[in-house]
Amino acid sequence: MEKELWKGNEAIAEAAIRAGCKYFFGYPITPQNEIPEYLSAHLPKIGGCFLQAESEVAAINMVYGAAGCGVRVMTSSSSPGISLKQEGITYMCGAELPAVIINMMRGGPGLGTIQPAQGDYYQATRGGGNGDYRHLVFAPATIQEAADYVQIAFDVAEQYRNPVMVLADGMIGQMMEAIEWREPEKRELPAKPWATTGTKGQREPNVINSLYIDPNLCAVHNERLAAKYKAMEENETRWEEVNTEDCEILFVAYGTPSRIAKAAIQLLEKEGIKAGMLRPITLWPFPGKALKNIAMQDSVKAVVDVELSMGQMIDDVKIALEGCRPVSFIGKAGGVVPTPYEVAAAAKAAIGR
Amino acid sequence: MHRMQIITGHYGSGKTEYAVNLALSMARPGARISLADLDIVNPYFRSFEQTARLEEAGIQVIVTSCGGVADIPAINPAVLSIFQNKDITGILDIGGDPIGARVLARFAPQLHAEELDLLYVLNANRPETKDVDCALEYMRAIERECKQKVTGIVNNTHLCRETRLEDILKGARLARELSQRTGLPIIHHAAERRFVPQLAGLLSEPIFPMDIYMKKPWEITTCEEE
Repeated sequence: MEKELWKGNEAIAEAAIRAGCKYFFGYPITPQNEIPEYLSAHLPKIGGCFLQAESEVAAINMVYGAAGCGVRVMTSSSSPGISLKQEGITYMCGAELPAVIINMMRGGPGLGTIQPAQGDYYQATRGGGNGDYRHLVFAPATIQEAADYVQIAFDVAEQYRNPVMVLADGMIGQMMEAIEWREPEKRELPAKPWATTGTKGQREPNVINSLYIDPNLCAVHNERLAAKYKAMEENETRWEEVNTEDCEILFVAYGTPSRIAKAAIQLLEKEGIKAGMLRPITLWPFPGKALKNIAMQDSVKAVVDVELSMGQMIDDVKIALEGCRPVSFIGKAGGVVPTPYEVAAAAKAAIGR
Repeated sequence: MHRMQIITGHYGSGKTEYAVNLALSMARPGARISLADLDIVNPYFRSFEQTARLEEAGIQVIVTSCGGVADIPAINPAVLSIFQNKDITGILDIGGDPIGARVLARFAPQLHAEELDLLYVLNANRPETKDVDCALEYMRAIERECKQKVTGIVNNTHLCRETRLEDILKGARLARELSQRTGLPIIHHAAERRFVPQLAGLLSEPIFPMDIYMKKPWEITTCEEE
């Protein structure tokens, strides 16, 4: 198929439509506004519904309701707006509802700035809501990946009956790149006998709920959820390896910093320093085993974590490495993006050059 | 060419890159040139990001919305200097889409047809302006919102770093169709400088060579080498 030029946010919106999403509930916030803007124009054309809710809290609860009906539904927001959605997300994990949630991250904390940042890593991977819940987090680094993984996210959500988050920094939402449209690999998806589609007098009503009252029943529920999360860890962990064979420096980065690290790898190569990168595509589950395997190579002298935050993913890097290699950090928060030169310099410092 | 060049188009058409290149192409000692970044829609990839380069070339840069970094529809009143001072050559970089073009409507009383060119920047690789029907529909919507008539078409068909010669030629065909449908002239075909030798003799309208200034944060190093 011929390549077209798409802006990240509009590609995400179009990908949702291509994946069969007919319902979107959201509330405006920069830098993700082109997602609702695009869907407000296009969903009515396919018999879908776009609704600008009165708040993010209302929007995520509308998503809960639509997902309970068994339809494909999405919401999107940016950092402070995603904070407001946390209650809805834990309820959806508890009630086992599939949906796709986009977080186009901006500078924080609080209202912060409208420029790109990655300060919501903890919130996305640890959960900003209550209880023992997990959900998949995809972290696209290109517009092509954003278009691909949004479509995959809808399938994964239905396969596990669980919300899926697509986490990107504002740069991914705002920039333009050439992409081609392609369909995700087909998955066998389960039917939805649990959905509230109307009993027509034929069956008992379905109830969508996360309240268990009886602690023994709730304990069983948690064990079942934990088994489901374990299956996600086993089957859905994804990453990319760049130039990792015999590398001296190993970068770990996702989203925009991974593009910057790639440029830094080329700068270092010119100086005769072999650098590579492990780029997590899923942040939860984190590709810790793959990371440790690469880092254990004799050639690796230092692991350098690059983030648009003050250092959050670095915790997962350290957990994965179990102290086997020194880990250093370069990052900026609040909407400022480090240059490839700064990242290359930090890598050289990490190996004492 | 009139003293005010107003640049509109679908977002992603490359208005900002074109505006920056146009301003730099006009810069010469003693010339009074102002570039007004009137984009109140998009907070990223804005012409004000090139302020240092533009000011070095003697071009005044007028920025909106708190220095351009906030998503606030606040117009810098310095924009009026372009309308009032007839010695100034003004380039107005308008936000994308009809919504972005709306900002011009408030200046309708100050805008006089005999003083301005309203350019419609066209990228045939953008899905919403890929054929003549939708490109025309977009253009009319922009005209309605900004209460002005487009006076010329600029073909700026590209795929960012993946642009090929065929893309520019495809855009030229679309620009010609739009020109025939509307009677509007094609002002020129904007093309990255590396394509200019290959385009010689292929197009009857002028070629406007462009240098790429609006880079993604990781493109700084690779672009310097080329």
